[in-house]
Amino acid sequence: MKTLWRLAVALVALVATSAAAEAPFITVASTTSTKNSGLYDHLLPKFTAATGIEVRVVAVGTGQAIRVARNGDADVLLVHHTASEEKFVADGFGVERFDVMYNDFVIVGPADDRANVRGMEDAAAAFGRIAESRSIFVSRGDDSGTHKKELGVWRAAGVDAVSASGQWYRETGAGMGATLNTAAGMNAYTLTDRGSWLKFANKGELEMLVAGDGRLFNQYGVILVDAVRHGHVKSALGQRFIDWLLSDAGQAAIDAYTIDGEQAFFANARDGAK
Amino acid sequence: MNELVEALGTAAMMIAKFDAELIEIVGLSLRVSLTAVALAAIIGLPLGAAIALFRFAGRGALVVVLNALMGLPPVVVGLVVYLLLSRSGPFGVFGLLFSPTAMIIAQCVLVTPIIAALTRQVIEDLWQEYAEQLRSLGAGPGRAILTLLWDGRFSLVTAVLAGFGRASAEVGAVMIVGGNIDHVTRVMTTAIALEVSKGDLALALGLGIVLLAITTLINGAAVLIKHTAERRYAQPALLGA
Amino acid sequence: MLSRRCSAREPMTAPDSILPLELRDVCYDAGGRRLIKNVSCRFSHGARSVVVGPNGAGKSLLLRLCHGLLTPTSGEIVWHGARGRNPAPRQAMVFQRPVMLRRSVAANVDYALKLKGVARGDRRARVDEALTRTGLHRLAGTQARVLSIGEQQKLALARVWALGPELLFLDEPTASLDPAATHEIEELIQGLHAAGTRIILTTHDLAQARRIADEVIFIHRGRLVEQAPAESFFERPREALAGAFLRGELLWWDDDDEADSARRASRDDPRTLH
Repeated sequence: MKTLWRLAVALVALVATSAAAEAPFITVASTTSTKNSGLYDHLLPKFTAATGIEVRVVAVGTGQAIRVARNGDADVLLVHHTASEEKFVADGFGVERFDVMYNDFVIVGPADDRANVRGMEDAAAAFGRIAESRSIFVSRGDDSGTHKKELGVWRAAGVDAVSASGQWYRETGAGMGATLNTAAGMNAYTLTDRGSWLKFANKGELEMLVAGDGRLFNQYGVILVDAVRHGHVKSALGQRFIDWLLSDAGQAAIDAYTIDGEQAFFANARDGAK
Repeated sequence: MNELVEALGTAAMMIAKFDAELIEIVGLSLRVSLTAVALAAIIGLPLGAAIALFRFAGRGALVVVLNALMGLPPVVVGLVVYLLLSRSGPFGVFGLLFSPTAMIIAQCVLVTPIIAALTRQVIEDLWQEYAEQLRSLGAGPGRAILTLLWDGRFSLVTAVLAGFGRASAEVGAVMIVGGNIDHVTRVMTTAIALEVSKGDLALALGLGIVLLAITTLINGAAVLIKHTAERRYAQPALLGA
Repeated sequence: MLSRRCSAREPMTAPDSILPLELRDVCYDAGGRRLIKNVSCRFSHGARSVVVGPNGAGKSLLLRLCHGLLTPTSGEIVWHGARGRNPAPRQAMVFQRPVMLRRSVAANVDYALKLKGVARGDRRARVDEALTRTGLHRLAGTQARVLSIGEQQKLALARVWALGPELLFLDEPTASLDPAATHEIEELIQGLHAAGTRIILTTHDLAQARRIADEVIFIHRGRLVEQAPAESFFERPREALAGAFLRGELLWWDDDDEADSARRASRDDPRTLH
């Protein structure tokens, strides 16, 4: 009996120590595409070296990231869907929204390009051709920034892709990586952010086919979670992270990140603020 | 097929090099799953034994529910624990989300029904054999439970191993409550999921092979202990004449 | 063998003795049938009582009712004039099939003593004494479950010896044993009696009954048919049924269903732990 009690106490202690005090850290809710691009692996060590603050990134879909921030489970939100971000602040969950960087989305597809969209500069027209040829298109289908961008392009093309769900339009409801795996496996078209695509290691027979359309512009924004709503939020530390991101040092670091020699993100915080 | 061969090579290299990140991930995986299973055993073993021994209203329904809970989907457990531990949730004040503690809690919830249900079956069978004798000797319910748990220890080790297998193999729960944060909450299964999402299938498979090797080692060790101990207690086929 | 033993056991005829044991109009129902019908009898100090009867007559049930493993449906079981008193530690039972724990021979005896609350120092001595008395001393460290069934039954009696109960129930203790083992067990039983333990034993072996009994109780179909001193029972049974039984005419149970209920009832009881 006694040994049982001692064992129980030891276990509780073990569990407790794993939640014990550590070096200062903040939790950033961000997206899988940002994470998978490898940007954070390049950027965050620089921040930690400069400030001693550890950054823990929880990378999930955009919708989930916003949810996490709403619940107060993160200190900072960094996603890429401006409309949702502005709503987040308007609803009182965030302090203020700042532009941080941008990159773009690209359309990738099978090398044999059945829909004949290679080299087009009009994304909506490209989507139109894909729909006409009923070539298989894989969608995130998960309410993420990428997904919303994709739906926007279908609208511009005047195509109701969702109604063809299950036929040539396949919705995975998953993150960028899983969606790319599915597209590679099906040899299908899909919309992806450039960062994820460059880093993706299972391209199969897929190639980048369409890029450069202004519509495919992908803006990233950062927001400090409002401490008024959630008293425990690490506002001071979070603010330092945001300040650093928007500073010359942070912006330069962002620009310096390359994948296979190509710049993946373009810093565009104006004047270091707003 | 290529990936499989490449994966075996990757796995071997990672192990041979004692890749630091790999060791960190493996260490965390073991810490989380072993702790969770230990806690689940502390709760589940006496719980299962108690259900086996006592008769009470609704016992039949409880057994059915317990058995059904063995099939709890990990992602559902993760979701529920997330909602409970979230800052907006009832236990938010502890700030446990996205930490190894949260992962331990989630896996404990996942594994306890498995251990309890299997224990109940083992102890119930034992009780059939021992009931009269133990009661004749004056053993009260508490004493009886402890005696049966000890006497059934070989079968119960298997139950605990089943729980460990479930814990170390699942990804749904630890992904949601842990967040797969590098150096903090990344375990073998979430690392594998991450590499898959990055398209690095060979590395993912390699990690999978390492994970399998570790669980096999642990199971092997447990079986070895069981066998050596069992040989001391071997029963000839004399009883049951 | 039949020596009086002055040992570390309690005096047998203390003023707070649990005997005499009285059954008053005891009935037991199970599975919709009445299996023990209005049994009234009295067991006082000293004698060795043997309960005989055809298979399924209710002998085992009766013992379990007396011992407290089953609760009578109606009627009373009275120990030393006090109704409902629980004499548990002062009486013991040996079953037809010995049940041993997965531990050593000595540990099994030790377990029983531990349950009774005997201090560690005393336990060692009593275990040694009991194992010596039953000839199991050289097997003290052996795993109990590897022993032959005869040795296990001796171990059961060693357990009883160490406990030193005032009253010992034995339910067909030698039914599963060969003649040699039977002889050893009977010797041990006699030894226990000589040391002061009241014996109540059931058997279907009339020869054994003749060897052991001071008093015979004849049960038939759940009814106590005759209770008489051994000599008078075997030579001049009062009841016709008893006579028929002694002549071997009542060996088979007439009603198979009742026999089945009786057997089932003796194994499971809805009222388990108390």
